[in-house]
Amino acid sequence: MGVGDPIGMAITHSIASGMGGMRAAGDLVARMQMTRGMKIDEAKKYVGDRLGVSVVDLTDPVLMSEVRGDLGLGTLHPLPLNPKGIEAKRNIAKILGIDINCVT
Amino acid sequence: MGKILTKLGDGSPAEFTERELKQDLEEGTRDAADRANVPPLSEEELKYLFDVFSSPYRFVSVDPGNEVVLSYDGTPLKMWRTQISVNRIQCLEIYEKLLGADTLEMGHVDYSFKPIKPIVGFEQPLLEKALLTTTAPIFYGAMPNLGLYSQPDGPFPNPSELLPMGKITEARESYERAVEDAVKDMVYVCSAMYESGADGIILDTVGAAGDADFLAGLKATEILKRKYPKMCIELGMAGEFVLGMHGELTYDGVRLAGLYPQDQVKLAEKAGVTIFGPVCNTNSSESSPWNVARAVTFMKACGETASIPVHVNMGMGVGGVPVHDHPPIDIVSRASKAMVEICRLDGL
Repeated sequence: MGVGDPIGMAITHSIASGMGGMRAAGDLVARMQMTRGMKIDEAKKYVGDRLGVSVVDLTDPVLMSEVRGDLGLGTLHPLPLNPKGIEAKRNIAKILGIDINCVT
Repeated sequence: MGKILTKLGDGSPAEFTERELKQDLEEGTRDAADRANVPPLSEEELKYLFDVFSSPYRFVSVDPGNEVVLSYDGTPLKMWRTQISVNRIQCLEIYEKLLGADTLEMGHVDYSFKPIKPIVGFEQPLLEKALLTTTAPIFYGAMPNLGLYSQPDGPFPNPSELLPMGKITEARESYERAVEDAVKDMVYVCSAMYESGADGIILDTVGAAGDADFLAGLKATEILKRKYPKMCIELGMAGEFVLGMHGELTYDGVRLAGLYPQDQVKLAEKAGVTIFGPVCNTNSSESSPWNVARAVTFMKACGETASIPVHVNMGMGVGGVPVHDHPPIDIVSRASKAMVEICRLDGL
């Protein structure tokens, strides 16, 4: 994406076509594209298999909040003592079986 | 069906009949097919676009399950341009927590590698701090921006002054020397930011200064991937075809001038690019349906050729999005849906 005010560009694309970021599992699917060069279908299936959810569930914010909370992958509203930042990324690296540059 | 409300490429409103809408869609895809020597959209795909643009709804979206990954360029700059009083780390936190961003991108306000080089020591700790408080992957991005390497901004004679004087050889030499310096600057900055923990690097608006600019991006990628095999590099282009400002530069035996996205991506793959970001510039004089049909035609051919993930540029003025700082939501959402669902993309 590129230039344009956040409502007209970033938010519109996010709602029209995006995976929702860490509100769901968009950041996790992105990591598979970035670390393994996976195309979108392969990346979604990989993440779904690792988390034990279906591909459609990956953009469900209700289900994914629960999954992310259970696995310590970081959530939009972190509760006290819940993993966030580097700790959440350490868990993501472990669950997805990838190296994360700032963690490893 | 009555009048169909849409926009022109500059974002101003327009009213179409069904016939006018169909005609613009057909002409848009034909224009791209003729220029890039790729197949035009099929009858079925044009019918799909007609349905998308004739939808009475203000906002449309992809079908559930078709969502894709979003990556950004110049993320913090979007907030600074609107004069929001936040620092760059806060910008990334807002994108991650409030804007549904799948990836984040740290960038300097100048957004070019050359001016970042002397201050990279100040960029690194900022990125390191951002990595402590965020969860989504963070890219560090900037542009090769070869324009900064010619006089008066840089050390080499200005090709734009040499070419009108007929000094073709001198202009070409200047571009070639600029490539060498730009590659060094990109490798220096990207290495530093990767050593500080960046999840990936974005080389953005590559080719803005023509074929030499594209060559610099490819060469820098090649060197960085040799140095850091696990580094993710997203290479985003500046336009739908590579301007032949030099005219004779090649990469891996392929002449760069005049390449369209379906050929650009093959060279990007050879260089080691992880994610490719093709571009189609919006024509502000034509309608949005014309622009979207044209953009989708280029990008479909690119997506079908690519073996690496493709994130099409869909910001203001590209990918069928109108040329305005405040892109109209009806057109952006239609362009977004059409691009993802026809081209079977990996991201935007």
